[in-house]
Amino acid sequence: MTAIVIDNLTKRFDDLVAVDNVSFSVKSGELFGLLGPNGAGKTTILNMLTTLLVPTAGSALIAGSDIKKDPDGVRSNIGIIFQDPSLDIGLTGRENLEFHAMMYNIERSERKKRIAEVLKVVNLSEKADTLVEYYSGGMKRRLEIARGLIHYPRVLFLDEPTLGLDAQTRRSIWDYIKNLNKEYGTSIILTTHYMEEADYLCDRIAIIDRGKIIALDTPANLKVQYKRDRITLAVPDIPESLVTELEKRAWVQDILSENGNLVLSVSKGEENLPELFHLLHSLGVSVSAVSLHTPTLEDVFIHLTGASIREQDGSRRSAIRDRMRRRMMR
Amino acid sequence: MIQVNAIYVLWMREMIKYARAKSRLVGAIAMPVFMLVFLGLGFRRVDIPGIPGSIGYIQYLVPGILGMTLLFSSAYTGMGVIMDRQYGFLKEVMVTPASRTSIVLGMIAGGATTSLVQATMMMFLSVLLGFRLPGLPAILAAVFIMLLICVIFINIGLTLSSVLKDFHGFNLIINFIVFPLFLLSGALFPVANLPAAIRVFSYLDPLTYGVDALRGIMIDFSEFSLLIDIGILIIISSAMVAISGYFFQKGEAL
Repeated sequence: MTAIVIDNLTKRFDDLVAVDNVSFSVKSGELFGLLGPNGAGKTTILNMLTTLLVPTAGSALIAGSDIKKDPDGVRSNIGIIFQDPSLDIGLTGRENLEFHAMMYNIERSERKKRIAEVLKVVNLSEKADTLVEYYSGGMKRRLEIARGLIHYPRVLFLDEPTLGLDAQTRRSIWDYIKNLNKEYGTSIILTTHYMEEADYLCDRIAIIDRGKIIALDTPANLKVQYKRDRITLAVPDIPESLVTELEKRAWVQDILSENGNLVLSVSKGEENLPELFHLLHSLGVSVSAVSLHTPTLEDVFIHLTGASIREQDGSRRSAIRDRMRRRMMR
Repeated sequence: MIQVNAIYVLWMREMIKYARAKSRLVGAIAMPVFMLVFLGLGFRRVDIPGIPGSIGYIQYLVPGILGMTLLFSSAYTGMGVIMDRQYGFLKEVMVTPASRTSIVLGMIAGGATTSLVQATMMMFLSVLLGFRLPGLPAILAAVFIMLLICVIFINIGLTLSSVLKDFHGFNLIINFIVFPLFLLSGALFPVANLPAAIRVFSYLDPLTYGVDALRGIMIDFSEFSLLIDIGILIIISSAMVAISGYFFQKGEAL
C-alpha cells in the first residue's frame, strides 16, 4: 500500500512555474523528506497535497483518495503542520488544541489525554491557558507542532517543523515524530532546510530545485553517490604547471579558486593526499595551510542545487586560466 | 455533507472570541445607537408622507435601525474570514475533515448569533427612546425575520471574502455595497417617497423586504403583505447559502 502517489503534478502562478511535472510516491509508514532551497516549490507541493491549492495539471492520491476528485476524503486522512503561523491568537493554547481535536471528532476523554500528552512534548503545559497572543515566537511554533500531532493522521505533512527552535526542543520533537511514525505507522512527509534533520529522520529524501526533483534516494545512498572529498590548499601564488599536472590526475574531479585558495574536488581524499604533497614538493609550490573535508548531506545538496554562495564568488577552472593569462600579460 | 460537530465548534469559537472582545460589541452598536437617537429625536415631530401620524417616527424608525444593525454586523462576518486568512487560521480550518458546507454553516451560525445579540440589544435600548415593544409572540416572529436577514448578508460577506482576499479590497467593496443597501431599504423613510427610477433599486434590495416584514410584525404597518416579504426573504437567503457554499467549495483556501 502506498501512502502517496504523485503523478506529474504541476502548479503555475501566472507565468511562474512553481511546481514542474513532479512525480514520486511515498510508501505507507515511510518518513519522506523534501529538501530544497527557498522558493524551490516544497510548500506549494504540500499545499496541493493537502487540498489547499488546486493543481494546474497532474494528480495525486493520498491514502487512496484523489486530491481533485475527493478532497474531503483526502482531508480526513491527513494532518499538516504549516510553516507559516496558523493559530487563532484570540484563543488560549488549550482552546486552539481543543478546537483542532473537536474538528477531528476525537471524543472528550481521549481529547483530554492527548492534549495533555502533546503539551508535554512541546513543553507548554504551564502556558496552556494563556492567550496565544501573549506567546513568544518559539512558543507559538511549538503549539502548532503540538496541534498537528493530536489526531494521529494516516499521512502527516510537516512544513519546516523545527524552523527557529532551540536544539533541545528540536530533539524532543524529532523523537516524537519518529515514535509517531513507528508506533502508529504514520506516513510522514517533511520539508526542511536542516540537513541533519533530513539525515536523522528520513528514510528517503527528494531534493527539489526550481520546481523539479533532481535527486531521490536514501540519505546514505545520496551521500555515496555524490561522494567527493574536498581539499583546500592555501597557495599564495598558483602556478600554471600545478593546474596542468592536477588535470592529469584521474582522482581530481574539479579545480576551483576561491579567495586565493585552491579547492580540489577529489575522490578518496585521504589516500591521495600523500601524492598531492609529493607533487607540490616536486614543483616547488609553497603551501601555508591544507584542509580535507569529507561530504555531508549538505554538500550533496549544494552540489545538486548549486545554491551556494561559493559558486558566485568562486570560479571554475577557466577563470583561473583567465586570471593567470592576465597576470602573464602584465 | 453536514457535520453538526464542526458547525458547533466553529460557532463556539466565535462565541468565545465575541465574549472576550467587549470593545467589538460596543463598537458594533455605537453607530446604530447614534442613528436611532439623533434621527429619532430630530425627526420626532416631522410629518413624513407615507408614515401615518398615529404611528410616529420613532415607531417607524426602530425596525429600520434593527435592519441596519443586522446588515452591518452580518456583512462584516466576511471580515472575520479575511482576518483568519491573514493570520493563517483559515488554513487550519480548511485542512480539517469538515466539509466546506459545514464550515460555511458554522460561520453563518457564529455570525448570525452575534448579529442577533446586537439587534436584540438595540431593540431593548430603543425602549428608552419611547419605542413601544410588541408582545412576546411578535418579538419571537421578529427574531425569525432577523435571522433570515442575517443569513442573506452574512453570505454576501462570505462570498466576497472568498473572492477578495485582502483586507482593503474587502473593506472598500463592502462599503460600496452596504451603504446603498441600507439607504435604499426604506429603513429611514418610506421607499414610496423615492423617485421611480431609484425606487426600482429599492425593490431589488433584500433589506427592503426584511425591514418591511419587521415593521409588519412589530408595528403592524407594512407596504407588502407579510407573506410576500417572508417568501422573498426565504428564497434569497437559501440562494445566498448555496452561492457562498459554492464559492467556498470552488475557491482556493490561500
